Amino acid sequence: MRIALLVTCLVDTLYPDVGRATVTLLERLGHEVVFPDRQTCCGQMHVNSGYQRDALPLVRHHVEVFEPYDVVVAPSGSCVGSVRHQHAMVARRAGDDRLAARAEAVAGRIYELSELLVDVLGVEDVGAAYPHRVTYHPTCHSLRLLRVGDKLLRLLRHVRGLDLVELPEADQCCGFGGTFALKNADTSTAMLADKMRHVLSTGAEACTAGDSSCLMHIGGGLARLRSGTRTVHLAEILAATEQPA
Amino acid sequence: MTTVHLGMPLVRAPRGVGMLREQEPFPAAARRALADPQLRANIRRATGTIRDKRQRMVDEVPDWEQLRDAGSALKAATMARLPELLVQLEEQVTARGGTVHWARDAHEANRIVTSLVQATGADEVVKVKSMATVEIGLNQALEAAGIAAWETDLAELIVQLGRDRPSHILVPAIHRNRAEIREIFRREMPGLGTEVPADLSDVPAELAALSRRHLRAKFLSARVAVSGANFAVAETGTLAVVESEGNGRMCLTLPQTLITVMGIEKLVPTWRDLEVFLQLLPRSSTGERMNPYTSTWTGVTPGDGPQELHLVLLDNGRSATLADEVGRSALHCIRCSACLNVCPVYERTGGHAYGSVYPGPIGAVLSPQLTGVQDNASLPYASSLCGACFDACPVKIDIPRLLVELRAQHVEARAEEHPVPSAEAVAMAAAAWTMARSKRWVRAQRASRIGRLLARRSGRLPALPFPLARWTSSRELPVPPEETFRDWWARERG
Repeated sequence: MRIALLVTCLVDTLYPDVGRATVTLLERLGHEVVFPDRQTCCGQMHVNSGYQRDALPLVRHHVEVFEPYDVVVAPSGSCVGSVRHQHAMVARRAGDDRLAARAEAVAGRIYELSELLVDVLGVEDVGAAYPHRVTYHPTCHSLRLLRVGDKLLRLLRHVRGLDLVELPEADQCCGFGGTFALKNADTSTAMLADKMRHVLSTGAEACTAGDSSCLMHIGGGLARLRSGTRTVHLAEILAATEQPA
Repeated sequence: MTTVHLGMPLVRAPRGVGMLREQEPFPAAARRALADPQLRANIRRATGTIRDKRQRMVDEVPDWEQLRDAGSALKAATMARLPELLVQLEEQVTARGGTVHWARDAHEANRIVTSLVQATGADEVVKVKSMATVEIGLNQALEAAGIAAWETDLAELIVQLGRDRPSHILVPAIHRNRAEIREIFRREMPGLGTEVPADLSDVPAELAALSRRHLRAKFLSARVAVSGANFAVAETGTLAVVESEGNGRMCLTLPQTLITVMGIEKLVPTWRDLEVFLQLLPRSSTGERMNPYTSTWTGVTPGDGPQELHLVLLDNGRSATLADEVGRSALHCIRCSACLNVCPVYERTGGHAYGSVYPGPIGAVLSPQLTGVQDNASLPYASSLCGACFDACPVKIDIPRLLVELRAQHVEARAEEHPVPSAEAVAMAAAAWTMARSKRWVRAQRASRIGRLLARRSGRLPALPFPLARWTSSRELPVPPEETFRDWWARERG
C-alpha cells in the first residue's frame, strides 16, 4: 500500500527518530511510504489556544498537501485527532464550507499509527523485538478523541522480549495539554508528578505512548528527576528487530 | 458565528453580586491550592471515592449509553423551544395557585425574593441546597435586608458556618475534613443557640447528630423556605428537588411559604422525561442507583404543605448562552458534578480556584458564558483538554469542544478590544505565518537548532527565559537533533 506520512511538526523538528522508525516499520511490512515535503503543522496548537483564525491557513495548507493521498498516517494521536475533529470545524467557523467539506474528506483518510496497523493493514504482530521492561501510557487524545482502545497494547503484546507492565491510573492525563503546560504550569507539574510516580512505581526501563508531545512532557519530567527511566515512542519499539539495523 | 436571537436583550450576569466571577486568574488561585497539601489530600480522597462509586453504578446499567443519548436529545429538544415551554410552565404553575416571577438577572431575583420574604413578615428562611441562589448571592442579599438564611444541607451548612465558599457542586464542603468540621461546629454552633457537647469528637455520626439538633429547631420554627429546583415539568407546572438527607423535604413541606429560584434551563417538557434524568442524575452524582429523597410539588394544596408558592425564573446570562450555537449545550448540565470528580485539574486545585459556584470542567464553560468570557477569561484555559469530562457527562456535553470554542471567542474579543495584540497573539500569528509555507517552516526549523549550541556543554538545555521558563522550571526540554526528519528524508530518499 502507498502510505503518505504526516510526520508532525514536533517529530520532524525534535524527534526525527520517531519519523524514521515509522518509515522503517511500514517499509518492513512491505508498504511504500511517501513524504509530502510541503507539509508543515496541523495547527492544533493554534486551535487549542483559541487562535482559530490563524489556524485557517494551516488547515487549508494541510488539505492541499494531503488531498492527493488515499491513506495518510501520523505517529501521533493528538495530531490525527486535530485533523479528524478540528479541521472542518475551523473551516466552517470561518464560513468556508467548501474547505470544510474537503477537510472532512482528508480527515476520513488519516490514521494514527496503531489504527493503520490494526484496522487498515490488519496486523498486530509486526515482527518487532524489544527486550525491555516497558510501561504504556494511553494518551488522552488517542484514548478519548480517537478511541484507539487497546490497539497499541495489542501491538506491544506481540513484541518479542518486551515485558509489558501495567501503569497504575494509566488513563489519567499527564498534564501536558499543549499550552496548558505553560499557562497552568503549576497544575500541569502536579499532574506530571503523579504520572511520574506511577511510571516509576512499575520499575519499567521505559514508558511508551503513541504521542511524542505527551512523551516530551513525561520524559522532560523524568529527565529532571534524573530517574534513568526513558520514554520511547511506540513506533520506535515496533521498528526495532533482533537483526542489526 | 451564527447566533439565535430570542427576541430579548442578551443579559449577562451582572458584576458585583453573587458568585460567578473569578477574583484572580485561575493559574494564580490554583497555585495557592496546590501549595496546600491538606486540601489536596481531602479533595483527592473525596473525588476518588465518588468516582469509583459512580463507575460501579454506571457499569451495572446495560443501556447507559442510550440513556445518555436520550438525556442529551431531551435537553437539545427542550432548548430548541425553551421560550414556549417556559410560558407553558408559567401557565400551569399559575393555574395551580402558584405565582411566577421572571428575573432577568441576579439583582432582580434577589429583589423579588427579598420582597416576598418581607411580605410574610418573617426574618428568617430555611434553605434547600441550591446552586442558583449561591450564583446570585441570595443569602447576602437577604442578610442585607435583615433576614437570616439558614442552609439545611449538611455540607452547605458547614460552608455557611465556616464563612467559606462552596468548592464542589454536590459536596460543597469537599475541601474540609471531619476534624476541620468539628472545629467549625464548636466555634459557631453555640452562637446559634445550639449546645455543643464538651467532648464532641470528629466521628461523622456525632457531627451529624449535632447538626440535626440545630436544624430541627430551624425546620420547626421557619415560616418561609427557599429552594432551587432540579427539574420543572412544563406540562403540569411541577417542580422537583432530589436530595439525600431529607432536609429538603422538611423545607418543602413544613413552612407556609415556599419560594423556588430556578434557572430557566432546568425545564423538561413532560413528566415522562423525568424517567431519563432520575436515572442519570443519582448515578452520575452520588454514585447511587436512586437518591434517597425525590420531592415534587405542583401548585398549592389547601391544608397540605406550603399555602403560598412562588417560582422565580432566573435568566442571569442563560438566554445569552442559549443564543450561542456552540455554547448553548452547556445549559444541558443537570449539575451532577461527574465532570468534577474525573477532572485531573479539579482534583489538584479544588473548586475555589475556579472562583465560581460552578467549578470544574462544566464551570469552566458555564461561568464564562453567563458572565461574558472576558470576565472569566482564564477559565476556558483551565483544562488540559484530556476529555475525561465529556466521557463522564450523563448528557454528553462536549466540554472540550466548548472550551476550545470559548478560547477562540476570548482571543477574538480581546483582539477587538485591544488594538495592540498580546505577545502570545503575535507569537501565534508569526507561527501560523511561518507554518503556512513549507519553505518558511524549514528556515524556522533550522533556526531552532540554535538550541543545540545552548546544550553544547551539558547535553541539556539551560533554564530558558519567560514564557518557556514555565516549562523548564520543572521539566527538561529536548535538545533539538542534528538533523530534522525532512532533512534525513531528503538525504536518504529525496
